[in-house]
Amino acid sequence: MAYKKPSQKFSGKIREVTVGSGLKLGGESVLPFYKFDGDTGAKPAVGMEIWDVFPESWPQSLKDIFGPYADDPVKWAKFCVEKYNPDFICIKFEGANPEGDDRSPEDCARIAERLAGEVPVPLVIAGCDSDEKNAKVFTKVAEALPDKNYVFLSAIEANYKEIGAACGMAYGNIVSAESSVDLNLAKQLNILITQLGVKPEKMVMNPGCAAVGYGFEYVVTTMDRIKLAALDQNDSTLQMPIISPVSFETWKAKEAIATEEDMPEWGGQEERGIAMEVSTAAGVLAAGSNAVILRHPKSVEVIRKFIDELL
Amino acid sequence: MMGEMNMALNGMEIYKMLPKKNCKECGFPTCLAFAMKLAQGGTQAEKCPYMSDEAKGKLAEATAPPMRTVTFGAGERTYSLGGETVLFRHEKTFVNRPRFAVMFDDAENADEVAKKINHINSVNYTRISEEMYVEIAAFRCSSQDKQKFISLIKKVTSECKKVVPMIISEDPDIASAAAEEFAALGPIIYGANEQNCEAMVGIAKKHNLLLGVKAENQAKLYDTVQKIQNMGYKELLLDAGGRSLKNAFDDAVNIRRTALLSKDRTFGYPTVTFVCDMAQDKMMEVAMATLFVEKYASIIVLSDMDYSMALPLFALRQNIYTDPQRPMRIEQGIYKIGQADESSPLLVTVDFALTYFIVSGEVERSKVPSWILIPDAGGYSVLTAWASGKLNAKSIAKAIKDFEVEGKLKTRELIIPGKVAVLKSDIEDELPGWKVIVGTREAASLPAFLKDYRQKSAS
Ligand code: SF4
Repeated sequence: MAYKKPSQKFSGKIREVTVGSGLKLGGESVLPFYKFDGDTGAKPAVGMEIWDVFPESWPQSLKDIFGPYADDPVKWAKFCVEKYNPDFICIKFEGANPEGDDRSPEDCARIAERLAGEVPVPLVIAGCDSDEKNAKVFTKVAEALPDKNYVFLSAIEANYKEIGAACGMAYGNIVSAESSVDLNLAKQLNILITQLGVKPEKMVMNPGCAAVGYGFEYVVTTMDRIKLAALDQNDSTLQMPIISPVSFETWKAKEAIATEEDMPEWGGQEERGIAMEVSTAAGVLAAGSNAVILRHPKSVEVIRKFIDELL
Repeated sequence: MMGEMNMALNGMEIYKMLPKKNCKECGFPTCLAFAMKLAQGGTQAEKCPYMSDEAKGKLAEATAPPMRTVTFGAGERTYSLGGETVLFRHEKTFVNRPRFAVMFDDAENADEVAKKINHINSVNYTRISEEMYVEIAAFRCSSQDKQKFISLIKKVTSECKKVVPMIISEDPDIASAAAEEFAALGPIIYGANEQNCEAMVGIAKKHNLLLGVKAENQAKLYDTVQKIQNMGYKELLLDAGGRSLKNAFDDAVNIRRTALLSKDRTFGYPTVTFVCDMAQDKMMEVAMATLFVEKYASIIVLSDMDYSMALPLFALRQNIYTDPQRPMRIEQGIYKIGQADESSPLLVTVDFALTYFIVSGEVERSKVPSWILIPDAGGYSVLTAWASGKLNAKSIAKAIKDFEVEGKLKTRELIIPGKVAVLKSDIEDELPGWKVIVGTREAASLPAFLKDYRQKSAS
C-alpha cells in the first residue's frame, strides 16, 4: 500500500479584517499554519506594546531598552517602529487607571491623535484595569480618530454597549470582543456586539490569554474549539480573527519578574522573560491567533522569524 | 468528524467471521447481534468460545487503538509515548506527554559537553506536584569512532543519573556496540533506514528497544515502516526527515492525522523532532518546541536545556497534558511565600491551581512575605467555589484548624478574596478571636493592597 497524505478541507473561513489602511488579519480556511491543507490567509501580525506613562513596573531589562524614549509615547512608538519594524503599535492607557494617574479621556485622545499623526503603522488601543473608565477613554479616542480602522482592546460583557456603539458604529473603528477562555462566552459576546449593529468585518476577538503554565491549556482549548467551529461548522459568529495580548500576561508571571537575587538558580532574568513571552506567543499562534502583542524586541524578532519559517 | 473511534471492521464483516451457531453462549440471542455489538466496542471477542484463532487475530488487529503506546527507559525511568486517540485535547484528553532530550555530539568540545551536563543536573524542580527534569540525552556519532562515542555516552549517563540515552547512528556496527553497552538503561536506538533496517531491527529486537526510523520524506518513511512491520517489529519512533520548521511541522501533523483520521496504523507511532537542527538560537528553539508540544511530537530534541528554556516548556507541557475533564487542583495546606514569619499576613484563596498560581505570583510580586491558606474548595475558582457552597465559613475554619494555623502563626487576621466579602461575618462567627479583612477583587491589585496592609499593621 502506498502512502496517502491526509488533509482536512473545511467549508468555513476566518473573516479577513483590515486594520488601519492595509494590515490584514485572518482570511484562512485551514487550521493554523496548515499550509499543506490550503490557504493560510494573511500572515499573523506582530505588534509592540507601549504605555502612555513611564512603565515603572516593567522589569529593568525592558526599561533599559525603552527607558530613554518612554517619557513620551510618540517618541517611544517611533523608536519601536524605526528600530524593530512591528506590524502595529499597541498603546495601552495604563495612566487612565482611576486608582493611578487617572488620566482624562480627553488627554488620552490627544495622545492617540499625536500617535496616529506621527506613527506610520496602525494602532491598537488598549485600556487600563477599569472597565468603566475604558469605555469613556475608548469613546473619546474613537471620536478623535474616526474611520481609522484602529482596534480597541477590548469590549467586555460589562461595557460592550458603549464601546460597540462608539468605536464600532459611530466612529468606524474595530472592536475587539474579550471573553475569558470559554467558547460559549466568546460566541455570546460576538452575537451581542453584532446585534448592536457593529459589522462583523469591524470586529476581532480576544477569547482570553494567559502565560504558559498559568492555565494556558484553557487558552489553547478555547482557541482550538473556536477555530474548529468557525472552519468545520462554518459558524459565522466565531469567524473573527483573534488577537492575543501576550505581553500583558507574560511579564507579570513570576518566571519573568523574579530577579536573580530572588531566584539565583534560575539564571538571567531577561532571558526568562523573553522565553516566557516567546513560548506564549508561539503557543497562541499555533492554536490560531492572528495577531500577537509583545514587549521585548528579541521576542518580536524570534516570533516574526518563527511565522516566516512556518509559512 | 474528527477523533471518533471508528473501527476498521463493521458488524457485517465481523459476522462473516463468526461460526454462526446462534448458540447464545456469548449472551446474545444470535451471532449477528453479537457481531453488531462487537463492532460498536460494546463487548469482547473472547465472549464467543467458538471463534477461530485467525478470526480472533483479525479482530484484535481491527479493534487495536489507532496509535501504539511504546516505551523506553528502565526501572522507575520507564516512559510511555504515543497511545493518543484524539487530535485535540477537548475531544477527550492527551495521554502521554512528550519528553525532552538534549543533544550531545561526540565531535563537540569538552566545555560544551560540561555545560550541558551542568544544565541537565541543575534543571530539576517540582511544579504542581510534577518533578521536572530532562528525560533523555541524545547522542550523535559524528566521529564515526565507536570508542569515542561510547565514552561520551558513558560520561554523560554517569554524571546525569536521570537521563535515558538515545543512541543516534545509522551504522549498525556502532549502534549495536552502544546498545550492548547501555542495554540496562533501556536506550532508544535511532537510525533505522531503508537500507540498514534489517540489521537495526535485529539490534532493537535483541534488547527489546524502541527503534527510531528515519526516511527522507513521509512517503519513503511509510514504505520503510511497512517493511519493518513485516519483520514483526512494532516498537517504533518515526522521523520523516523534515529539517526545516515548515517540513517538520508537516511531518508531525500528517503522521498523527494518518493514524487518527485515516486510521492507518502504518503511521500509528509516536514521532521525534530535532529542534536542535532547525534553530540557530535558543529562543527560536523555545518557540519551535512550543509548537511541537502542542502538535504533535513525542520526543523533542533540543541543543541544551537551561532554566530559561525549561520554565516555559515544562509548564506548557504540564498544562497541555492536563486532563480537560479534571480541574487542576493544588494540595490543601498553608503555603509560605517569601521569608514569611509568624506575624506575616495570612490570605486565603481556593485550591484551583490556576487561581493559586495567579494569587501566589501577585503576592510574590508585592515582596511582602505572606502565608496563603488553601482550604478544600472543590478545585473551583473563587466565585464558582463560593456559588457551589464549597468555599464557605466552615471550610475555611476547618482549614485553619486542620493545618494548625493558630499554633504556627501569631496573626489573627485573615484576608479573604474581595469577591466573597459576604463571608466575613460567617467566618468571624466560626473562628472566635479572628478578624476577617476583605482583600481585593482581582489578584492584580494584591501588591498594592499588601504593601498598604503591612504599613497599617506596623503602625
Ligand atoms: S457464542 Fe459465538 S457462536 Fe454462539 S451465538 Fe454467540 S457469537 Fe454465535
